[in-house]
Amino acid sequence: MTLALEAVSVTRAGAAAPLFAPVSLTVPPGTVVTVMGPSGAGKSSLLAAIGGHLGPGDRVAGRVTLTGADVLALPAEARRIGLMFQDALLFPHLSVGQNLAFGLAPGVRGRAARRAAVAGALDAAGLAGFEHRDPATLSGGERARVALMRALLARPRALLLDEPFSRLDTDRRAELRRFVFGHLRQAAIPALLVSHDAADAEAAGGPVVRLHPA
Amino acid sequence: MIRLVPPLVALAIVLPVLAGLAGTLAAAFGHLPALGFTGPTLAPWRDLAALPGLGRSLWLSLSTGLGATALALVAAMAAAAVLWPRLSSGAAARALAPLLAAPHAAMAVGLAFLLAPSGWLARLASPWATGWQRPPDLATVNDPAGLALAAGLVVKELPFLLFVLLAALRQLPVAQAMAEGRALGYRPAAVWAFLILPQAYRLIRLPVFVTLAFAVSVVDMAILLGPATPPPMAVAVMRWMVAPDPAGMLPAAAGAVAMLGLTALAALAWLAGERLAGIAARALPLAGRRRVPVAPVVAGAAVAGLAWLAGIAALAVLALWSVAGRWRFPDPLPASWSAAAWARPAAGWGEPALATLAIGAAVTLAALALAIAWLEAEDRGAMPRARWIVALAVLPLLLPQVGFLYGVTASALALGLPGGAAAVIWAQLLFAFPYVLIALSGPWRGLDPRLPAAAAALGAGPWRRLFTVKLPVLAGPLMAAAAIGLAVSVAQYLPTLLLGAGRVQTLTTEAVALAAGVDRRLAAVTAVLQAVLPMLGFALALWLPVRLFANRRGLIGGGAA
Repeated sequence: MTLALEAVSVTRAGAAAPLFAPVSLTVPPGTVVTVMGPSGAGKSSLLAAIGGHLGPGDRVAGRVTLTGADVLALPAEARRIGLMFQDALLFPHLSVGQNLAFGLAPGVRGRAARRAAVAGALDAAGLAGFEHRDPATLSGGERARVALMRALLARPRALLLDEPFSRLDTDRRAELRRFVFGHLRQAAIPALLVSHDAADAEAAGGPVVRLHPA
Repeated sequence: MIRLVPPLVALAIVLPVLAGLAGTLAAAFGHLPALGFTGPTLAPWRDLAALPGLGRSLWLSLSTGLGATALALVAAMAAAAVLWPRLSSGAAARALAPLLAAPHAAMAVGLAFLLAPSGWLARLASPWATGWQRPPDLATVNDPAGLALAAGLVVKELPFLLFVLLAALRQLPVAQAMAEGRALGYRPAAVWAFLILPQAYRLIRLPVFVTLAFAVSVVDMAILLGPATPPPMAVAVMRWMVAPDPAGMLPAAAGAVAMLGLTALAALAWLAGERLAGIAARALPLAGRRRVPVAPVVAGAAVAGLAWLAGIAALAVLALWSVAGRWRFPDPLPASWSAAAWARPAAGWGEPALATLAIGAAVTLAALALAIAWLEAEDRGAMPRARWIVALAVLPLLLPQVGFLYGVTASALALGLPGGAAAVIWAQLLFAFPYVLIALSGPWRGLDPRLPAAAAALGAGPWRRLFTVKLPVLAGPLMAAAAIGLAVSVAQYLPTLLLGAGRVQTLTTEAVALAAGVDRRLAAVTAVLQAVLPMLGFALALWLPVRLFANRRGLIGGGAA
């Protein structure tokens, strides 16, 4: 899968001008492209446009394709584009295991198979046996790893990362970057990272694109 | 499917209100085809003008409504200024909860049992202080000036206004404003008067106007505590409407229109008062005033304290009478106890209790479903998110109930819809829905939009997002909104009376009917049940989410994220 943006720009509901000048970029499988820009530049809105999460009245211009197929006409749930947020948003009403199972691709059938998939993901995240934990009791780094695993279990065609490391302290940040980028390369998924931290872009190792005002 | 929500809301809520207003106006000019009247004619207005004591009735409604709301607001503000630093929000909620939950009718029955010449207060003070061996011949309730009615309204409205005021204060940087104001040389009372209360008042204007409209047009409390001849205007209109003679329907419509005008007049007077208070709050500090007299604050807080005590005592005397055996004047407590009134549900309270529960459950579920549909339609862009739409939904709370329930009843007649439980449920929904919508919309719109976005990124469609993410995460606010819906339903008197066509008896209509009768114990049982039902709802709404999410710290006490 390759994620491609062609002259994409976002105009918020009621606004006359787009948030940023049209962006074009291509993300090959296993590559992480970093989009940089100061806060308020529209980085999160760009990700929302790609993932299909804009509010009513917000408008997208341009084309977003996955290996050539346009995704902008699809609803968010049909795009199969994963998301990972700043504070690794887990569903607060579900256990860690239920959070993972929520995203687990429907193609994995049978109780035992689904349970094994969840256990395997937790194992890969170094969190074996965390199934019944309350997400609120996890540390920031643990939550981030669960969030990545949840996104990967859904077998996404691309992944969007919205400053997933910014809330962590420096040591944890380096460790989590290795964890996340390692898994993304291994899964051969194209990923788009937005950040205002140059160290993120450096660790991601891919091309860097800057958002400019329209 | 979600596209059906706006027309559904229009059909269920907005249309009846507008049709009700139109029907009332038409009937006021003699046009009521369902009963064979075709206008236009001014005869209804001539009949209305001939009503004995019309001027007095109008004045009673206006003076008790405006006076009670103003006093309740001033006292609530004084109490908030005195209590704010000392009272945690949990303690305030606990102290106010019984008074908030008890409906007007139950509170009025309790106050009548407290204040009447043969009431608990007279018993407690007799004969050692008063010398009374038998109840004195004094008009302590149903007094011609409506003072008991105004007092009853204050007892019921003050806790509500104080509650919303405290909630508004929690959204404001009170401590910071206090520090800044005092650093500029203002006394604490002046900081409250010039800086804090003007900001807080802006946040509670809607509940204040709802309270005012209700107080001007209240019926159940006016029957129980207000004067009977002439009665407040809303009661006069209601009497015409339920009279067996259909000829009363036309002047009743004129009276209902008069109630609309009266409520508008009260709102205008209130707006003028707001303007004056605002000018004073801005002009005085500019003129160099750094202090305000403290005596009114102390007096206001004292009124609030007294009103709170009276409310609690009223609920207590209801409980006492419901289990009283022999209780002769002037004994301070019953001489013997008896569960007889409770033991015989068939004697009067059983069926109304069941009807109240069933109607309350139906109204609550319908209001909740409609509010969820409304907010979800908003999220999906199927419902415009505009103030005027919300205003239409809230309209029933800002109008006098008789003003448009008249037309709703008339329209139902014209459409051939029979009065009964279904009509009552629908009429109560008009009042429960706006409360449920307001209670739910804050937490709903405050929900972190990234939660449903994360679910969508994992492949969950809109319905799965609604049912497996949004609704469970909002379980606490949903149950709180349901409890409010139930409390509103249980409290409704006029919609039940008018749309029930005499076939639907709830605890509220029974409490009002029985209070004037001879069986104080049965009246007390009915009123106690009416007060307890909403309280149980609120208790359940607090307890259930904690129970359901015992192992989910992120949901209880920690907000939605």
